[in-house]
Amino acid sequence: MEDERSFSDICGGRLALQRRYYSPSCREFCLRCPRLSLRSLTAVTCTVWLAAYGLFTLCENSMILSAAIFITLLGLLGYLHFVKIDQETLLIIDSLGIQMTSSYASGKESTTFIEMGKVKDIVINEAIYMQKVIYYLCILLKDPVEPHGIAQVVPVFQSAKPRLDCLIEVYRSCQEILAHQKATSTSP
Amino acid sequence: MVLKAFFPTCCVSVDSGLLVGRWVPEHSSAVVLAVLHFPFIPIQVKQLLAQVRQASEVGVAVLGTWCHCRQEPEESLGRFLEGLGAVFPHEPWLQLCRERGGTLWSCEVTHRQAPTDPSAPGEDQVMLIFYDQRQVLLSQLHPPTVLPDRQAGATPASTGGLAAVFDTVARSEVLFRSDRFDEGPVRLSHWQSEGVEASILAELARRASGPVCLLLASLLSLVSAVGACRVFKLWPLSFVGSKLSTCEQLRHRLEHLTLIFSTRKAENSAQLMRKANTVASVLLDVALGLTLLSWLHGRSRIGHLADALVPVADHVAEELQHLLQWLMGAPAGLKMNRALDQVLGRFFLYHIHLWISYIHLMSPFIEHILWHVGLSACLGLTVALSLLSDIIALLTFHIYCFYVYGARLYCLKIHGLSSLWRLFRGKKWNVLRQRVDSCSYDLDQLFIGTLLFTILLFLLPTTALYYLVFTLLRLLVVAVQGLIHLLVDLINSLPLYSLGLRLCRPYRLADKPAALQPRDAHLPPPQLWLPPQGLLGCSVPQAVLWGAHLPLEAERGQAGLRTTAQPRPALRQSGGSSAGSWPVLCGRPPITPWAWRSLGVSRCGGGQPGWPCSITGTACLGTPLGVQSTALCPPCVPRSGGPVHHSSPQVERPAGLPGGSPVALPWPGGVEGPSQDEPPRARHPPAPSAKQHPACGGLKQSLTPIPSSSPSRPGTSLPEPHGVYLLMFPGEVAL
Repeated sequence: MEDERSFSDICGGRLALQRRYYSPSCREFCLRCPRLSLRSLTAVTCTVWLAAYGLFTLCENSMILSAAIFITLLGLLGYLHFVKIDQETLLIIDSLGIQMTSSYASGKESTTFIEMGKVKDIVINEAIYMQKVIYYLCILLKDPVEPHGIAQVVPVFQSAKPRLDCLIEVYRSCQEILAHQKATSTSP
Repeated sequence: MVLKAFFPTCCVSVDSGLLVGRWVPEHSSAVVLAVLHFPFIPIQVKQLLAQVRQASEVGVAVLGTWCHCRQEPEESLGRFLEGLGAVFPHEPWLQLCRERGGTLWSCEVTHRQAPTDPSAPGEDQVMLIFYDQRQVLLSQLHPPTVLPDRQAGATPASTGGLAAVFDTVARSEVLFRSDRFDEGPVRLSHWQSEGVEASILAELARRASGPVCLLLASLLSLVSAVGACRVFKLWPLSFVGSKLSTCEQLRHRLEHLTLIFSTRKAENSAQLMRKANTVASVLLDVALGLTLLSWLHGRSRIGHLADALVPVADHVAEELQHLLQWLMGAPAGLKMNRALDQVLGRFFLYHIHLWISYIHLMSPFIEHILWHVGLSACLGLTVALSLLSDIIALLTFHIYCFYVYGARLYCLKIHGLSSLWRLFRGKKWNVLRQRVDSCSYDLDQLFIGTLLFTILLFLLPTTALYYLVFTLLRLLVVAVQGLIHLLVDLINSLPLYSLGLRLCRPYRLADKPAALQPRDAHLPPPQLWLPPQGLLGCSVPQAVLWGAHLPLEAERGQAGLRTTAQPRPALRQSGGSSAGSWPVLCGRPPITPWAWRSLGVSRCGGGQPGWPCSITGTACLGTPLGVQSTALCPPCVPRSGGPVHHSSPQVERPAGLPGGSPVALPWPGGVEGPSQDEPPRARHPPAPSAKQHPACGGLKQSLTPIPSSSPSRPGTSLPEPHGVYLLMFPGEVAL
């Protein structure tokens, strides 16, 4: 069963949250970030090229211009491959684990998997981010030494940074699954 | 309760058969290791499984059936499959079915006995998870196969379900030794079924490497014996040998080559990596050296170099002379002591003159020397670079001498000054007590001492300046030599093999973190923490790689983990019990995200290879999220012709079945058997495709009996049928 809604992130950009319910024990949330805007790309390119032209008028060396073109191209490729995240996915499978996938604009995917045995809870936390206070969803991992301690906090949807309403949706679904998992794990 | 079935991706498109694997009851997961094809003799299957169980201590068993057929299986087929469950009793019995050419899978679980726990939910969901066997096995997440004092039959318990999967797959290497192309009683399909054929070159290389290594090792031992003979230990040669970096480098290379060609196998992955890195660096070295050689010897560059060398040396000498003239004048506006200046300046000028004459004397031989030096590049670029560094050292020997003179003079002066300064103040250095004591001098001692002190003090700038200048020159030369040595060290020690592996096959580099290596008994067990970088939630490929075999004791109490008296599971051993034993038990089953890369589970979507792969699986029955089908099995390489296989005991055809269709098990009848006119074929008919096998049914020569008391209902237990085996899988007859 699929479901798509649109939310906004902390800067006001539009996010699309796609929820898939595969089964009572398996759910997937897919957040699509706003794409690279033509305006910002043009702005950066123009800045770089104007600076290069300024240097060229100083030095009279045409290599600067070609270097500027290369820098712009490589910079764009690097940005698309290493920085710009297009889509973030959270897949929860009861009794197996939680998987977070980030797909970059160049098609690269990077995945993190956390086994269910390590997950203590999923909560919404507050954080001070620059000049704002934002909410973020995070996974708490169990501590091996201390049964009630927390070893690590793994934030989810770090580049998309959705707002609280979106987070609440995801949080509710995750809590259902976690509750279900706890119920089945405690029963023999 | 969700039942997780781990299915290898290499078996997705193989023919029907039995699922062989291990059932982990704690996580209700079934790890399928291989698919066993028809025909087979159940007793032989059981024997094989017992052997594998004993050898690998993994509780392999027949978990269910796998059906890969063209259309929907009929109901009789279903009963036949369930009947198989009677021969290989296993609880629960898994039935996977896939339509040939389609993407729909069906998974069924049947429980023979009624569930003992009435509160358990009745409906079973099956979650099918695909894993890449090759990657799981090739990554080094598993312990070595031989462990001291392991307990037979002990199965490790853990909550990390995936750790148990890794462990199971990794320890079942014994099972993977025979595959469906072998001439054995049992035909298995697993990751080796596709891989073994392709590496004929690797096999040849492996076979040839034994004698080659032996030969080269003996040659190298001869060379090192010659090098260790007593002539080289005598004073002049040993001194010269220790100073020249070429000798050092040659010795290094000899060591490396000895390591590479040693006939002992590498014991663990670290040693293997070291060997491989050494091989890579030697190869790179020789390749670069040969490039340099070809460049040098082409177009008479050596001649040009030799011609250019003497003028360069002359030029350097001239510059030095100018420098000394400058120093003898008023360098940088400082006023030097004229007499001392002249003395030192003339002394050094004379040295330079000597040096120049020496260079001119050598000039006819320079070209030959350079030619031979260039030839040494075929031993490797590092040798050539070391030779270059030695040549530079020899050519700038005069600068070294100047530095030594200047340094000695300066040193003497400073010592004298400090001692006379102490005298000036009325103190003395007490050698016995290693401290400064007061001392009463005579008047004449004081007078002479002060005089000398003044002289030395006013001569200090001159000496200091000479010292400074020559030290800087020497530093320059040392810097150039240092750069060359840095390059040499880089080539020597850069782990190229590991780097290449990291780029191309990252899953092979998974290894235990240092914290989990064998520890001494007195050290406390390490705590495993994910590095703080993990707090950012970004994928942590560099996170410490926790061995998958580790977490098996995770859920025992901490106290239990730390004592050495605990009975160990088969594959772990207390780190405290013996040095050099396997990693200490640790607290938790931390399989970091990185480790999932080695899970190699198929990925949806593009992306770079080798990064952690996502899990694709189905929840319960239904559409898989992403089935990655492997390549079809390659056609059989015709093995040794294959005499027709006779199985013993010979039994006569059953009378009860129509058309002699030789199916032994409770088959209700109505088998549309293949025409029995088909001649019996060899076990491996030349180049059958994967599809032909079921069609021909793999007919064997001997036929089967039908025990007269065979019940026709599935689900009842049969008497142990000796000599009974299945000829074909009836559902595929129509193919």
